[in-house]
This record gives sequence, structure tokens and C-alpha cells, in this order.
Amino acid sequence: MRLEIKDLRVHYGKIEAIKGVSVVVNEGEIVTLIGANGAGKTTILKTISGLRPVSSGSISFDGQDLNKIQAHERVDLGISQVPEGRGIFAGMTVLENLEMGKFNRKDRKNEMDEDLDRIYTLFPRLKERTSQAGGTLSGGEQQMLAMGRALMARPKVLLLDEPSMGLAPQMIANIFRIITEINKQGVTILLVEQNAQQALQRAHRAYILETGNVTKEAKASDLLNDPAVREAYLGTGAH
Amino acid sequence: MNFSVVTTQFWSLVLQGLALGLIYSLVALGYTMVYGVLRLINFANSEIFMLGTFAVLWVEIELLGHPVAAKPLGGFELVYTLVIALVGSMIACAVLAVIVELVAYRRLRARGASRLASLISAIGVSIFLMETMRMFTESRPRTAPRLLEKWSFGEIAGANFRIDTMLAIVAPIIIFVILDQFVNRSRLGKAIRAVSLSEENAKLMGININRVISLTFLIGGLTTGAAAFLYTTVYENTVFNVGFNMGIAAFTAAVLGGIGNIRGAFYGGLALGMMEQFASAVLGSQWKAVTVFVVLVLILLFKPNGLFGEAVQQTRT
Ligand SMILES: Nc1ncnc2c1ncn2[C@@H]1O[C@H](COP(=O)(O)OP(=O)(O)OP(=O)(O)O)[C@@H](O)[C@H]1O
Ligand SMILES: [Mg+2]
Repeated sequence: MRLEIKDLRVHYGKIEAIKGVSVVVNEGEIVTLIGANGAGKTTILKTISGLRPVSSGSISFDGQDLNKIQAHERVDLGISQVPEGRGIFAGMTVLENLEMGKFNRKDRKNEMDEDLDRIYTLFPRLKERTSQAGGTLSGGEQQMLAMGRALMARPKVLLLDEPSMGLAPQMIANIFRIITEINKQGVTILLVEQNAQQALQRAHRAYILETGNVTKEAKASDLLNDPAVREAYLGTGAH
Repeated sequence: MNFSVVTTQFWSLVLQGLALGLIYSLVALGYTMVYGVLRLINFANSEIFMLGTFAVLWVEIELLGHPVAAKPLGGFELVYTLVIALVGSMIACAVLAVIVELVAYRRLRARGASRLASLISAIGVSIFLMETMRMFTESRPRTAPRLLEKWSFGEIAGANFRIDTMLAIVAPIIIFVILDQFVNRSRLGKAIRAVSLSEENAKLMGININRVISLTFLIGGLTTGAAAFLYTTVYENTVFNVGFNMGIAAFTAAVLGGIGNIRGAFYGGLALGMMEQFASAVLGSQWKAVTVFVVLVLILLFKPNGLFGEAVQQTRT
């Protein structure tokens, strides 16, 4: 697995939101993309998933150019996304939401059960709520459901868009612990976050994104100790 | 005005209202299914209905060789004639609906055109279909052969349980039950719900949006085709602009129940059919069409989301 973004440019109308970004994610890594509001993080993930068209540059996955591949086919290739705001199907039950996650995988009943088992082990709370409507779950539970649903597709790489958004500290710690766990099970992760502290602690490498440009790329642990980064993103810089 | 009919013919009016209303419901599904996933009023649906009624005539007269003056059929021949006419109309309408989507909407959608552009395209397709049929039929109304003798099961409380009326009531109910199960339980049905909830998130699940959209046009075409068969069987005639009034009524039914909402289409059609029958009994049949427009205007003014809310299958919360 190797996800490679080269000189990517993406527009909304005439406005250029991504201005020549290059990012690489290697097999087994947790890579985090950190940036302020409006930096373009969500846009990059949407473009990887095929929800936004590329203006110029390229995205390749395992050496294959994704440009001609439609959004729904990218899921089959092994790219799954947990979108910003979670994107739970509100009127569907927890189980139905999970089933949607493996929409194109026509496998046998026992494989479905295996996947469900694995997901319920990661997120025991979901198991207690299989028949509850997705829209009535708490924010944290919805985040778990969205992650579980994405894992149902057995992705090679999981794109996570601000999984900690709107969650209480304890739930944030829990979610990040599970991200590491998923990674250890062999899923490569591209993590978009504003919660730089947690993200940098969990990730192997990091990119800093400012208004559509990558301004820094380094090992995550180095950025944790970088004074400029601490000042801008961790709120604990030396004054 | 004649209020006494409300009491003297109450059950008879109810039966007539049910039959008419459920035919509306089936056509309303054509609007509602498509709106649910595309947020687009498929104005061509009324003309798909119109072509369906001609498809029924064609199957009965040309394909199966029963001229307009033919005697009613019986037994097995009656059953298979009706079934072939029904299936023929459903298939014709479904194929046409899918083609209309490919030709008139998909290309616009792919280029990110505005809803208004699609709406105009829809109206264009409508006019094209209607005018083409006007030329072919030289604007003359056509009569359907009476293949189904209109015998009655009997009379209860002044209501005549005639076979064609009963058919127009029972068949739509069966269709709605099947569709309801399909949308709620099947894999493809769930895909329809997912797309109607969020196109983007559906894509992230690996759902092929274009296929789901074609599927909704197909389903809408099937139900509209069934309506065309029932309409032709009950009213026994058609004309190139039969879709106009039907379209307005069915659209009103869809909006009344909450457009995009499948059960809403069912109840919206029922309610409208009843109102129409009772209003025309009390005020005179010239008020029939007026009733539909009054309901449409009132609902748009006071309850634009309809009685059941805008949602495919109560999924949107
Ligand atoms: N649908 C859209 N139409 C027009 N502009 C958009 C649209 N979506 C995003 N943008 C613009 O693109 C830029 C990047 O937005 P994006 O959502 O990718 O930022 P982000 O880094 O995810 O921010 P946040 O942390 O707030 O989620 C912003 O300037 C935003 O206003
Ligand atoms: Mg974002």
C-alpha cells in the first residue's frame, strides 16, 4: 500500500483551495495532516476519495493513478473514509449503517459475522446498540459507528477527518487509542486533526497545512518539540 | 350544491375516491422516488403515464388482437390478456423513464448544472413526448376495448363493488407493500435510502450513485405504468394530453403526503382522490380539477413539506 499525492491542486469554482500539495503515506504508517480551520484538510481527503475533482497534479494508490477511477470504485480498491461530521445515516439502525459499509463486498455470511465481531471488539458500545437508530447515538458513539462502518469495507488505508471533533477529553483519548489499535491490526491511516497534541503523539509522520500549502513535513515526535509548531498548534509555545 | 349526496352515496363515493386516489398514488411514486434521490421534480413523469396508457391500448388491440368493439373476455384468456397489458405498460414506462434520465438529466448532472437547468430539461422532455403523441394520434381520443366485463361483487350500503374499481384499489395496495419491503429490507433499497440521505456519504460506502438513480427512475416508471394500466381499464379511454391532469393530481398527491416520502405518496393520493370525489359530488363535476389546484395551492402555502414530511421512508430525522 502506498498513497502518493503529487502537486495536487483543487478548486471550488475559481477559488483555489489546494495549491500544489504533495503527501506520501506508506504501508503501515499513521500520517497526520494538521492545519487550522479552512486550511484545506477536508478538501484533500474528499479529493482522495473522489468526491472532488482534481484540477492538476495526481493521486496514485499502489502505483495506480486514481484520476479516472470513480468515487465508489475507490472504496473497492481499499480506500475508506470517515468523513467530517461522521456522516451517519440517521434513520438507519446501527447494524444497517455497518452493513452499508460493506456495500460492495458480496461475501459469505460468516465473513460478515467475522467483521462484525472484530468491530464489536473494538467498539463494545456498538454491540449493545445494534438496533438503535444511528441518528440517536451520542457524538462519541456516532464516531465509533462511522469508524466501524468504514472498517467493514476492509480498507487498506483509512482516512479519518477530525475524529475528535466535538468530543469530551475522555472520549478523545479513547478514540485515539482505538486508532492506534486499528493501525496495529494492519490498516494504514491518514489522520486529519486540529487536536495536534493527540495526533502528533499517535502518528509516525506529520504534515502541516496552511491555506492550501504544506509548510512543514517531519517525524511527528519532532514536531511535538518544535517551538513554532507548539506555539501555533499546541497553544503551549514559549512566550 | 347538493349536500345530501354525501350521506346517500357516502360509501359509493368512498370506493370511487379510493380507486382514483390509489391510481394517483402510483403516479405520485414516479415523482417521489426520483425526488428522494435527486431533489428534482421529474415533470416528464406525466407524459410517461400518457405513453403508458397508449402502450396498454397497443398491447390489447394490436399485439393481442382485441379490437375496440371486442366482446369482454373470460377465464384464462381474460387473466393473461390483462396481465400482459399490465406488464407491458409497466415495462414500457420503466424503460422510457430510464431513457429520459439518461438523455435529459444525467449529462446535465455530470456537468454540475443547476437544478433549474434540469427542471427546464424536464419540461422540454414533457412537451416533446406530448407533442409527438399528438401527431401520431392526430389529437383524437382513443377508446380502450372493454375486455373486462364490469360485473359487480354486490352492493353494500349503496356502494357498488365493481370488479374494475376493486382492481384499482387492491393492485396499488399490493404494489405499495412490495415497494415498502423492498426499500426497507433489500440491499438496493437501502442504497436508495442512503443516497436520499446523503449522496456524498453513499459514495463513500462504495455505492454507484448513477445506478441508484437509474433504479429509482425504473421503479417510478414501473408504478406509473401500473397506474396507466389501471386508469385505462377503469376509464376506458385516453388522449395525448391525458398526462396533464394526471400529472398535476399526482404531483399534488406527492406534495400532500410529503414529496420524497413513499408512504406519503400513498396517503397523499388517497386523500386527494377522496377530496376530489366528494367535492365533485357536492359542487358538481366541473369542480373536480379545481379541487386539485386548491389543494396544491393550500399545501404549498401552509404545509410545503406535506403531511408526512419530506423523506424517503421516514429515514431523514
Ligand atoms: N463547498 C465549498 N464551496 C466553496 N468553498 C469551499 C467549499 N468547501 C470548502 N471550501 C473552501 O475551501 C477551503 C478549505 O476548506 P476545507 O473544508 O478543506 O478546510 P479544513 O482544513 O477541513 O477546515 P476545518 O478544520 O474547518 O474543517 C476553505 O477556504 C473553504 O472555505
Ligand atoms: Mg475540515
